[in-house]
Amino acid sequence: MINTGIVKELERIVGTKNVFTSPEDLVSYSFDGTFAEHRPDVVAQPATTEHVSRILALADREGIPVVPRGMATGLAAASIPFGGGLALSLIRMNRVLEIDEENMTARVEAGVVTADLQAEVEKRGLFYPPDPSSVRHSTLGGNVACNAGGPRCLKYGITGDYVLGLTVVLADGRVVETGGKAIKNVTGYNMTQLFIGSEGTLGVITEILVKLIGKPRHVRTALATFDKLDDASRTVNAILLKGIVPATLELMDETAIACIEEAMHLDLPLDKEAILIIECDGNDEGTVLREIDRVADICRENGAAGADGVRVAKNEAERAKLWQARRSVSPSLARKAPNKLGEDISVPRSQIPAAVRRIKEISRQYDLPIVVFGHAGDGNLHPNVLFDMRDADQWARVQEVVSEIFALAVELGGTLSGEHGVGVLKRAYLESALGADSIEIQERIKRALDPKGILCPGKIFPQAEVVAI
Amino acid sequence: MMKSEQKVTMVDHPFVDLETPTEEQYLFCIRCGLCLATCPTYRASLKETESPRGRVMLIRKALEGELELTPNFNDQMQKCMACLACNAICPVGIKPADLALNMRYVAEQVEPSGWKEKLFGGLLPHPRRMEWGTLPLRLYQKLGLRRLANTLRITRVLPAQLRDLERQLPQVPGRPLRSRLPEVIAPSTSSGRLRSPSTNFAQHPERSERAGRGPSTGSGRLRGLRVGFFLGCAQNLLFAEESEASARVLVRNGCEVVTPKDVQCCGMPAIGYGRQEIMREMAKHNIACFERLNVDVIVTDCATCGSTLKEYGHYLAGEPEWAERARAFSDRVRDVSEFLAEIPLDKPRGRIEGKVTYHDPCHLVRGQGVAAQPRLLLGMIDGLELVEMEEADWCCGSAGSQLITHYEDSLAILERKIDHVQATGADYVASGCPGCQMQLTVGLKRRGLEKRMQVVHPVLLLDRAYQNERH
Repeated sequence: MINTGIVKELERIVGTKNVFTSPEDLVSYSFDGTFAEHRPDVVAQPATTEHVSRILALADREGIPVVPRGMATGLAAASIPFGGGLALSLIRMNRVLEIDEENMTARVEAGVVTADLQAEVEKRGLFYPPDPSSVRHSTLGGNVACNAGGPRCLKYGITGDYVLGLTVVLADGRVVETGGKAIKNVTGYNMTQLFIGSEGTLGVITEILVKLIGKPRHVRTALATFDKLDDASRTVNAILLKGIVPATLELMDETAIACIEEAMHLDLPLDKEAILIIECDGNDEGTVLREIDRVADICRENGAAGADGVRVAKNEAERAKLWQARRSVSPSLARKAPNKLGEDISVPRSQIPAAVRRIKEISRQYDLPIVVFGHAGDGNLHPNVLFDMRDADQWARVQEVVSEIFALAVELGGTLSGEHGVGVLKRAYLESALGADSIEIQERIKRALDPKGILCPGKIFPQAEVVAI
Repeated sequence: MMKSEQKVTMVDHPFVDLETPTEEQYLFCIRCGLCLATCPTYRASLKETESPRGRVMLIRKALEGELELTPNFNDQMQKCMACLACNAICPVGIKPADLALNMRYVAEQVEPSGWKEKLFGGLLPHPRRMEWGTLPLRLYQKLGLRRLANTLRITRVLPAQLRDLERQLPQVPGRPLRSRLPEVIAPSTSSGRLRSPSTNFAQHPERSERAGRGPSTGSGRLRGLRVGFFLGCAQNLLFAEESEASARVLVRNGCEVVTPKDVQCCGMPAIGYGRQEIMREMAKHNIACFERLNVDVIVTDCATCGSTLKEYGHYLAGEPEWAERARAFSDRVRDVSEFLAEIPLDKPRGRIEGKVTYHDPCHLVRGQGVAAQPRLLLGMIDGLELVEMEEADWCCGSAGSQLITHYEDSLAILERKIDHVQATGADYVASGCPGCQMQLTVGLKRRGLEKRMQVVHPVLLLDRAYQNERH
């Protein structure tokens, strides 16, 4: 499918240094943050929207599958080129184009690392809240394409809540602009929101206009430890019911604690079933302090007992360490098994205790460790199944476990994915969450925007051709 | 339902009978990408192939027989700066930098290259030959640099690169330090000797812990130690003035300094070029050499030598007659700043006016966990203000010889470093590693900053402060 003529054309567009075809390069672009793999036939790294436009015009003409990617750290195998073709890496498009302090917006290219944007705007007293755990190793383009979340979503909302406009290259190479700096905008369909979370299946996002807010001046972070996992999950709602909305409310179970302690040596308690990390922020120091004290009291009332039941980080260094630990939880689980499957179910938050209990039951039933951690405050949990893919029997059970977890999420009034996306890993379960009519409409939207089906073939839709994992 | 068609076969890797990385060194990498954020080659090249998790994947595919050891594959392993940032951040405990070094060794076992045999087998173990061999270097001859470039198989040396390679070289001493430094120097008997330990170090958090468990620097023995000084190649040949200073500072603070003249290269260049077996022979020689001297500690003022000497125990663990001796040797090794922070130290009464910023050598901050100590030493000097740069522990792009072998990659990383150095407006850039010092000098000269900022070893500044007491 990719002959030397096409490689030459790509080289003319982005330069020979930015087209890769060696086996070493193709292997390096064959994976993301999951266990899945498939090599592309060629990799191109454009530097401008115009490059992307010309590349897609070429792909449209030749019928070449195109899979865009940022840092390829997604957890749904959305950026893996299962159909071969072109891996389109946007990582060179890494300029912050404008920070408009008056309108509190920033315009960035898709390949900007999220943490780099945050650092840049925070120098000016501004704040870009969405903070996926991969904040230092994922890009704005990827965050928008998968509508990433993160701990702070509880108070501040998700990536999609901050996107005011996009530059998108369509499947045939045309460039469209959506939205703009105007806050209110009901002129036509909300095209911005259509592309957010489309996982690269509707177009390639090359520029993003985001909304910023003022950076909260004060922040306090508490660590509460619980003898019983159930107490910890009940505490989540106990806090929220008192009218306190912390910036984050994170849950980790005992295996998560053990793994992160082994990796980072933070003196976390190894004899407790769960911890909560709770952060309160705001502009008035007194209010923040009162809130964190109140949170600490509620934790104690609900089972975070003992002298060390609740600890408040003494300084920024301690707080930073705590968050580095939280962000390392997911990968650190690999200390326990060669493979892990991180799920991402989202349930109404009143159902958190039930969800946690039932997941642990599934774990016992199928005799596979399932670690539970996640953003308990907004109902988004990450049950991670630990296994060894080389063991066929384990792999079979993993798939049954995944079915059970998804069924549970839907039964509790929730859904399959809170922030990772569908990609390939959750395709098969889409209908159970959305229903056939909804899928049919979405497929029509897909066909309208990508009639030849060259963008991320095989992703999201259950009936899509392709591609075994 | 999802269906697995991925075949995971447990084939014997194609390199039977060779020393290769073991499965547990790479199998558990889940490709999360945390290492991407801290890898200097990835952040400079923006290429997954040049990232830690990319290299781990390449290595895995090679060991599983899906990739061949092509020249490109081997070059990807060579591109790693071995700065250890990936090792440090991986929550799973994968060590991508070590794996890349190990794969260089695999490549050499498969197809040994003759010039490495000559360089690492014929030259580095023989200090005298090396001193003669690097005579052209010491004389600043362009021809010598060209020849070196040819030896390292750089076919295309650009004029700009040649200029930068020349910029790397410090004012080379006329004679190597080895021939000038006495074999044994007695502790100084100057007036400072009997004063009580300076309060600075009494408060040093790591001191009490280390002093307690150190193999030879147990409490009560901190003064009057017999220090074996490991004189590294670069220090001996290029930075003689610095090592002279290090020896003076040790003596001044009550140590007897013994400098064996028959030590060989620490072995890091050999490891870097995939010749671990040569490194192990050098290690044995050096261990035996210091065993004869009956010293309390082994001190070096080269970050790379220090990190390598501390690894002798690891590299010789598989050889029964050497394992214990190597471990005992490594346990005794200290970087000079680490050691000075362990002993009661005279506060210099001389001053140095100006600002200093400190660049963490990879082989010191991550290779040895030494970061606070050099800063403490600098903080002791009156008149000298320590200004931290951003990303002080980010690699400078030297990695020994990357400026020669991977010129553009090395420069790209250097530019990021020099941006941060320049922003401090410091008069001195202190760093206890000859490789870093040469690289930083290139970076400053490229921007015409070499007159405003001086690259120095932190202990050299301490020595100057002592020297200034006389004025």
